[in-house]
Amino acid sequence: MLHTINKSPFDKGSLDSCLRTAKAGSAILFIEDGVYAATNGTAVAEKLKQAMGNVTVYALEPDLKARGVADKVMDGIKLVDYAGFVDLVAEHDKVQAWL
Amino acid sequence: MSEEMMEEGGTVKKFLYVNRKAPYGTIYALESLEVVLIGAAFEQDVSLIFMDDGVYQITKGQDTAGIEMKNFSPTYRALEMYDVEKLYVEKESMEARGLSADDFLVDVEVLDSTQIADLMEDQDVVLSF
Amino acid sequence: MKFAVQVNEGPYTHQASDTAYQFTKAALEKGHEIYRVFFYHDGVNNATRLTTPPQDDRNIVNRWSELAAKHNLDLVVCVAAAQRRGIADADEAKRNGKDADNLAPGFRISGLGQLIEAGIQSERLVVFGD
Repeated sequence: MLHTINKSPFDKGSLDSCLRTAKAGSAILFIEDGVYAATNGTAVAEKLKQAMGNVTVYALEPDLKARGVADKVMDGIKLVDYAGFVDLVAEHDKVQAWL
Repeated sequence: MSEEMMEEGGTVKKFLYVNRKAPYGTIYALESLEVVLIGAAFEQDVSLIFMDDGVYQITKGQDTAGIEMKNFSPTYRALEMYDVEKLYVEKESMEARGLSADDFLVDVEVLDSTQIADLMEDQDVVLSF
Repeated sequence: MKFAVQVNEGPYTHQASDTAYQFTKAALEKGHEIYRVFFYHDGVNNATRLTTPPQDDRNIVNRWSELAAKHNLDLVVCVAAAQRRGIADADEAKRNGKDADNLAPGFRISGLGQLIEAGIQSERLVVFGD
């Protein structure tokens, strides 16, 4: 399953809820304000790093760039553009949006 | 109508409705319920998960007279009549809010996060509101 | 692959409609089929003809109309959500005794069943919201 998260982890608990229920082998894509979770040195970095042992984490590059944080992305998080987003949807059997 | 639809394609998919928002503060709870009701005519394999603030959608004793909004909580009890019977509550969400199964106005199965994860993975289509 | 897209929020207030548009456009560019784009909740507000956004920024409603025209997309606005929020085509306006209609080109108003049907008929359903 591909999980999309569109809200900042400091605003909503979507990241926590997603991490609680995302199975190993799934993928998480941060989009819109959700991309802040992918940046360095945040209060959620540790939690996310741990999760990255089991799930593959992506962030939508246009959203990072828009917010001026594209150069602050955590190691191990893969950047995709909208075409890459489409590919991720095609590769995974379904998508769950954590709104 | 339903017989025609069955004849046409007969595709039955597992539809999951994920309810994570409280009622009344926003319209998502009400309008997602409307999708479930209309969707029932398509005779798919439907499950509803209530987690995070979504657990508040099905608590007993909702009295909306003072806020002058329609109390739509009785509609959850009607789901059974539409053959929508797979209602699940995430244990962690319930407990974090000081609730127990006794607080709900419908029968639900309480699952922990790992079980919820398995249930989610098992679905074909996931609708979020 | 056949995709269905659900848009839960209106233009400008949330990024949902923008992201949905960019995703839809990218999917089409990759040769995928967009079975339907379904507008629900405040998403129905993407279908009003009456917006006049600032000239120096994107025109969200027109963008959807143009994409629909170019690719023959099925943009569906949920009738119940539209009625709540005052989005109507000529028929709906007449039926409900309104003195105006405002549906933008390329959109059509229909029932929630269209969302379920999109979930059944497509291979992936992607939801954009708040």
